[in-house]
Amino acid sequence: MSIVIDETTPVVVQGITGRIATFHTEDMAAYGTNVVAGVTPGRGGTKHCGIDVFDTMKQAVAATEATASIIFVPPPFAADAIMEAADAGIEYCVCITEGIPVQDMIRVKRYLRRYLHAKRMCLIGPNCAGVISPGRALLGIMPSHIYERGPVGIVSRSGTLGYEAASQLSAEGIGVSTSVGIGGDPINGSSFLDHLKRFENDRETEAVVMIGEIGGLQEAEAAVYARDHMHKPVVGYIAGLTAPKGRTMGHAGAIVSTVGESAAEKVQILRDCGVTIVKLPSDFGRIVPKVLRR
Amino acid sequence: MEIHEYQAKALLADYGVAIPDGGLAYSPEQAAYRALEIGGEQWVVKAQIHSGARGKAGGIRVCGDEREVAEAAEEMLGKRLVTQQTGERGKGVYRLYVEAAVAAESEVYLGFVLGRSAERVMIVASAAGGADIEEIVAEDPDSIVRVNVEPAVGLAAFEAREIAFAVGLDPSLVPQAVQLLTSCYRAIIDLDATMLEINPLAVTADGRLLALDAKMIFDDNALFRHQDVSELRDKSQEDPRERTAVDRGLSYVGLDGDIGCIINGAGLAMATMDMIKHAGGEPANFLDIGGGASPERVLKAFRLVLSDDNVKAVLVNIFAGINRCDWVAEGVVQALEQLDVPVPVVVRLSGTNVEEGRRILADADVGVITADSLAEAGTKAVQSVAGRAA
Repeated sequence: MSIVIDETTPVVVQGITGRIATFHTEDMAAYGTNVVAGVTPGRGGTKHCGIDVFDTMKQAVAATEATASIIFVPPPFAADAIMEAADAGIEYCVCITEGIPVQDMIRVKRYLRRYLHAKRMCLIGPNCAGVISPGRALLGIMPSHIYERGPVGIVSRSGTLGYEAASQLSAEGIGVSTSVGIGGDPINGSSFLDHLKRFENDRETEAVVMIGEIGGLQEAEAAVYARDHMHKPVVGYIAGLTAPKGRTMGHAGAIVSTVGESAAEKVQILRDCGVTIVKLPSDFGRIVPKVLRR
Repeated sequence: MEIHEYQAKALLADYGVAIPDGGLAYSPEQAAYRALEIGGEQWVVKAQIHSGARGKAGGIRVCGDEREVAEAAEEMLGKRLVTQQTGERGKGVYRLYVEAAVAAESEVYLGFVLGRSAERVMIVASAAGGADIEEIVAEDPDSIVRVNVEPAVGLAAFEAREIAFAVGLDPSLVPQAVQLLTSCYRAIIDLDATMLEINPLAVTADGRLLALDAKMIFDDNALFRHQDVSELRDKSQEDPRERTAVDRGLSYVGLDGDIGCIINGAGLAMATMDMIKHAGGEPANFLDIGGGASPERVLKAFRLVLSDDNVKAVLVNIFAGINRCDWVAEGVVQALEQLDVPVPVVVRLSGTNVEEGRRILADADVGVITADSLAEAGTKAVQSVAGRAA
């Protein structure tokens, strides 16, 4: 088991003919991902990287029964691509694109709510590294060689910190069931909470590493869920203890603007909810094995 | 992107928000002339900088005649104004806004922000106008009303009325308030603003609602579709290094420490700063070189980090996903060969093409200190400042 994707999940690449999309499509296919179609408006009927290209998502889904998609569309058009995926009946959509206007994301989130909760598309990202279920499938841009298959679920805002955690675990001989990057934007698709729920219900996952940062209240919300509803241990790290208030630290969403958004406050909330805190980003490899042995 | 008060007022006036008469001045003579043009008996001279809390810092002066206006202008222009929000360096005053003074019977706070949890625009209002929102939250939290606007519908009239009544406006002013709130919301949506603050909104004796101050912040990611807004950018108000970074496609935030950081990924950059702090050092900056960084971009990052005179060591920490360690290594080698790098450089590479990257560094023999892990990178950087690194 894993969450979100495995080797059977049929995937569409939105914006497949772009330079970056081409590189990652080949990478994903080489890893074993079941890439069944691509979409670029106006390029329907052609092939790219040996994959059939369609003009619209509806056509792609009708022809291939794809259930997941990954978006490499430039920021001005990315929100539209997300809504097109939802309308075509995609279940899991990863949006890699960084720099989508925040009001576009407000509209996207409102649009997704047209669908009943049970049938609502799960959006991962935008501005994220995507999803990897090691040894099974890659729906993202991670350096796949650093991941081993195993019992730890990872959910992280930051891409690179997710890699850092996975490589520290690999060095200890510990693998990952699935790693999900939820992205660094102020308004994003699925939250820490959404994926904690999935990991709690995943038989292969024995513990979850949650990597947050300054800004927003999603980590706190997830910690309360972990306290009240989870049987599996959660290990948490929050980046940005040294970040000054009111400054945006790279990620559009990484800014402390209100109460509860600083790293120190979040660490306290997580600790109070029984989450095992990794104080230093170099300590994932030291702390996670202890939690697994318990 | 931030803009000046006078620019925000001009934008809002286009949407039907009432503002006092005013005009821009670049010299004391112009300021005095503006006062004459505006007429009346009292004027406010306001320094145009990208910061709030100008009043307490001497950036706002009420004047009773043109001579006083000219004197106030003389004092402010060309100075650096240090407010609670600017940091020690302050911000340069190069433009003034001269405005008719308004006698307010009462003052209201009005803010529109991005509500992250609700994923909507949130209106925040309070009858305790004039004070900044942090003060209101601390001292008079019960006076605050909040309304989340449903994005598919926009601000409904009843919601605007609820806000107007909640801040204690006289019923005769409520229609005006509804129009004002609706106008502001339209401006935010049309212009992709992420923040709009009118504080204070004055209630005058003759029954008008006037925006005495206005602040707007725009979504950088949406500027591509707002050329008119982009033109309002004032580079004189930006930190020179951060400005350079933006123009070079890097994400940089200057800090007070002495270890310069060159990192990929915002999360890893913050984590590395935390690591440095834990090891007993202080980061000089946040810098994310982004994905797919070429050797040239790494070289630019070195230039930027070294332009800070406080920097006593540089830490390069890369976990390459879409990046390539070999490109980064080439960039490091170029920087050390082409630039005068008077400080120790610690490099930690991981991820895509790491072996090649390490070999490039070893072959070039440019004297970098290498680290194999995040922990080692932090420790060695801090030690190198103290001159203790191997």
